[in-house]
Amino acid sequence: MAVEYKATQLLTEKPRHYCPGCGHGIIHRLVAEAIEELDVHGDVVGISPVGCSVFANNYFNFDMVNALHGRAPAVGTGIKRAKPDSLVFTYQGDGDLASIGAAEVVHAAMRGEKISTVFVNNAIYGMTGGQMAPTTLVGQKTTTSPNGRDEDWCGSPIRICEMLSTLEGTYYVERVALDTPGHINQAKKAIKKAFQYQMEGKGYCLVEVLSTCPTNWSMSPVESMDWLKENMIPYYPLGVFKDKGAE
Amino acid sequence: MAKKLMKGSEAIAEAAIRNGCRFFFGYPITPQTEIPEYFSERMFEEDVKGCFLQAESEVSAINMVYGAATTGVRAMTSSSSPGISLKQEGISSLCAAELPCVIVNVMRGGPGIGSIQAGQGDYYQAVKGGGHGDYHLIVFAPSSVQEAIDCMGKAFDLADKYRTPAMICADGIIAQMMEPVELPDMKEYKVDPAKKPWAATGYDCKNPVGQRADITSLYVETEELDVLHERLQGTYKVIEANEVQFEAYNMEKAEIVVTAFGTVARIAKSVIDELEAQGIHVGMIRPITLWPFPYDAVHQAATQNGVKAVLDVEMNAGQMLDDVKIAVNGEQKIEFLGHCGSHLPTVEEIKAKILAMKEGM
Amino acid sequence: MVKFSIKEELCKGCELCVRACPKKLLQLSPDKLNEKGYHPVMITDESACVACGSCFSTCPDTVISIVKE
Repeated sequence: MAVEYKATQLLTEKPRHYCPGCGHGIIHRLVAEAIEELDVHGDVVGISPVGCSVFANNYFNFDMVNALHGRAPAVGTGIKRAKPDSLVFTYQGDGDLASIGAAEVVHAAMRGEKISTVFVNNAIYGMTGGQMAPTTLVGQKTTTSPNGRDEDWCGSPIRICEMLSTLEGTYYVERVALDTPGHINQAKKAIKKAFQYQMEGKGYCLVEVLSTCPTNWSMSPVESMDWLKENMIPYYPLGVFKDKGAE
Repeated sequence: MAKKLMKGSEAIAEAAIRNGCRFFFGYPITPQTEIPEYFSERMFEEDVKGCFLQAESEVSAINMVYGAATTGVRAMTSSSSPGISLKQEGISSLCAAELPCVIVNVMRGGPGIGSIQAGQGDYYQAVKGGGHGDYHLIVFAPSSVQEAIDCMGKAFDLADKYRTPAMICADGIIAQMMEPVELPDMKEYKVDPAKKPWAATGYDCKNPVGQRADITSLYVETEELDVLHERLQGTYKVIEANEVQFEAYNMEKAEIVVTAFGTVARIAKSVIDELEAQGIHVGMIRPITLWPFPYDAVHQAATQNGVKAVLDVEMNAGQMLDDVKIAVNGEQKIEFLGHCGSHLPTVEEIKAKILAMKEGM
Repeated sequence: MVKFSIKEELCKGCELCVRACPKKLLQLSPDKLNEKGYHPVMITDESACVACGSCFSTCPDTVISIVKE
């Protein structure tokens, strides 16, 4: 049987600006392939955030809208209400979604807004150069927690999947990771499932992808994948937190 | 068509619907709450079938408008002063992304949480750019419920024409009072991808027709931002040249020219009528668009034969006064009468001020 | 037969594919630099590739494509 692995047309040919080994490139591919496999690529609106993926408009080959910092779920709400048949998803990082945009994501989820969110958690602010995020691990050094995140002073990292699962409006919530090819395959399945549910008119779906930031973690890309596995997964356990479709 | 007695806020909402607006996102704040309340019922009626959504904040509401606007539909939000402050980042972004929409500000007293009565203290915010960056909104300042209705149609049309947000700066009095009005006929607005090729109306990369929507307010390269500004500032010049609206009142034999907008202009009009009956000739230039500002009209009026002084009256500390001064360019004496703190200038005090000015001439 | 191709100009030399390859067939080209200044990835023995797709899956820059007839 013929096997083929090649770039999907749903990603533009523009070389991506991300640093070597950055997880965004992998996640972009997963999103694009999931949409292609669902065969809905002609009626999609993606919403890019503020953060490193602010340039995602250049890389996805379908209608793209960039939102202000944290506001993607509100922008997605406006789009979905105006175009209820389109596939609408937000693509957001941890600073964008879990810090400045915490209200927007909680309320989109509360409303059961029929949009999907791909939440990229790499435990740091990438674009601004490695500051502490709400998801930064206790003890993790960043440029604004140079001695490591102090739990007593800054609190503990926020677990978005666990928190949003408590809302009636969320339909499907899963956390996945990029550290192994197997986990990457699972990440794609989760993203596809979220999109599938949306096309079936189900409620709000979120897939959290544990990713890396080799540059701001001051590690090689390979070391950062190991760090993700050894440090992030124990605090942010992988798995399905909610799946109303499976109940 | 028969006139109907309507409250300002409800008339504003109904006028939006009749001009094809089917998407409203808002948040409660006095004294504009009747606008979202009206939409919350009317949007779901059979002849409308639109979308009303109460957002979690003013910040979200303006970003929902941004989202809806990217698809080409007519969308709007409304709020009152502190809420409009919260929307400013979104408004700046709508301008940068060149997205049409309408924002209603039912102005109340500020700064801070301020008062819940009428105010005009948001003139600078509306006209000089309340958010960051070099941008303008087309700003209407109706002085009656009927004019608020008429401005709504114009606001949506110009927003679409120039791909820019438009704002209606009413005040608490316009929104709260009832007047007999005539409403426009119901208009359906269908998104036409040929007219809005930039909108997110669906793009199939495997079978491409038209352009892929790429809507953003990010122009990270200096050159790209320059290109945006060439377009934006060029558009602003065209708007300034073509869209100025004002009312000139009783200017024929005027010795004193009053400048005022919104509710305050109505009070000034009463004074002018009273004084005219006594043989004292006072005229008025009332900007209907605060931006673009009627600089030429104000200059012409202030320097008209027989005019000896200008009196600017506002419900603030003298914000439009700056533009009046720019218009008059030092060629005429200008006095100011105004109050902050939601305290309306009265007929008596405007009259007394004019009589005192007349005496000094 | 496996046809393994590499868009060298897109490669940033992150080595995630090198880490992922179960057959240890990938390495950075020691003597080659692409326009961006990275040593692009290379396959040491194309005939040994089983087309599992692990390298494709982990590559952030869609550098690699694999066709197995």
